[in-house]
Amino acid sequence: MFFNSLLTNFAALEVGQHLYWQIGNIRLHGQVFLTSWILLGALLVFISLGTKKMGNDPKGLQNLLEFLWDYIRDLARTQIGEKVYRDWMPFIGTLFLFVFVSNWGGALIPWRLIKLPSGELGAPTADINTTIALALLVSLSYFYAGLSNKGWRYFEYYVHPTPIMLPFKILEDFTKPLSLSFRLFGNILADELVVGVLVFLVPLILPIPVMFLGLFTSAIQALIFATLAAYYIGEAVEEHH
Amino acid sequence: MLAFNFFGATEGGLFDINATLPLMAIQVVALTYILNSLFFKPVGNVVEKREKFVSNNIIEAKNKLSEVKKLEADLMTQLQSARSEAQRIVGEAENESDKLYKEALELANNEANASKEKARLEIESQTSAARDQLSKQADDLSELIVNRLILEK
Repeated sequence: MFFNSLLTNFAALEVGQHLYWQIGNIRLHGQVFLTSWILLGALLVFISLGTKKMGNDPKGLQNLLEFLWDYIRDLARTQIGEKVYRDWMPFIGTLFLFVFVSNWGGALIPWRLIKLPSGELGAPTADINTTIALALLVSLSYFYAGLSNKGWRYFEYYVHPTPIMLPFKILEDFTKPLSLSFRLFGNILADELVVGVLVFLVPLILPIPVMFLGLFTSAIQALIFATLAAYYIGEAVEEHH
Repeated sequence: MLAFNFFGATEGGLFDINATLPLMAIQVVALTYILNSLFFKPVGNVVEKREKFVSNNIIEAKNKLSEVKKLEADLMTQLQSARSEAQRIVGEAENESDKLYKEALELANNEANASKEKARLEIESQTSAARDQLSKQADDLSELIVNRLILEK
């Protein structure tokens, strides 16, 4: 009896329910902000600790942060190109870190132990609002990157090899954010659901490999999101000859 | 327990898009600025400073190495010329000493010959003097013998 109730408490899945915050006329998904603040707070604390005493000989956390920085720089440089990657490195890096921290935080921290009146805590990236927000930021960024780097010549990109490409390229501007947001959302939500259902059915051992798979997927999704964002920006600033 | 409520509900649902979206976007933009000043700029400064330091050191080391090679080649040629110079000097000295030796030998030979000649002359003169004396004594003796024979008669 006790076991049964414990199981219900641990493994009840609440899909599509949210903790609503009402501010004036607007409604927010409170659980998304709560987890994102906790995770981003942890990230910022981690980074502040690592960058507090930086020397020419890296020690401790500085090594890790430098490795991360180098990783993000390589990512931005290979996708965006030598000329403007510096301007976009913080944005790409923030996307990577935000998605990565959200995914892993959602997968690693046992949020279910914290009871909410409605909905449950989880990865911020398992909420469609977050992923659409990120994807729209990417869209705005590559438009801005293209226009600021090439001016009106940016629109040559739409008719680049031939004008026949025009409708497809316009369509791409819609499919890019759509695919970006739904890929991330779907992957993270599916991972949470699979783990949730498995924990609900078999609470011992069996979910562990799936959890590891979830961690892998989470990391890969962060990399994919950041890489694609950088690729879109690179595509927009690329000079056609 | 398994409350799957995907699309239907007016309240909630998986695709419930509301003000969370723009606020999350603002939060991410703010995070970009915060991370830029807290993470990307300081770490980038440190890493790039070190990269510059390392590449400068490599260039400097390469310069020094080429300088060392040049100096080494210089030294080699100097060594070569010094060696040939030494050989020349040694040869000259050998010639000189050879010459001196020959001169000294000739001088000594001459001197020896001269003293030999002198000695021979002296021997000769002494021999003739002795012979003269001997013949004179022989004369005296014969005269004595003759006188004695004459007196006995």
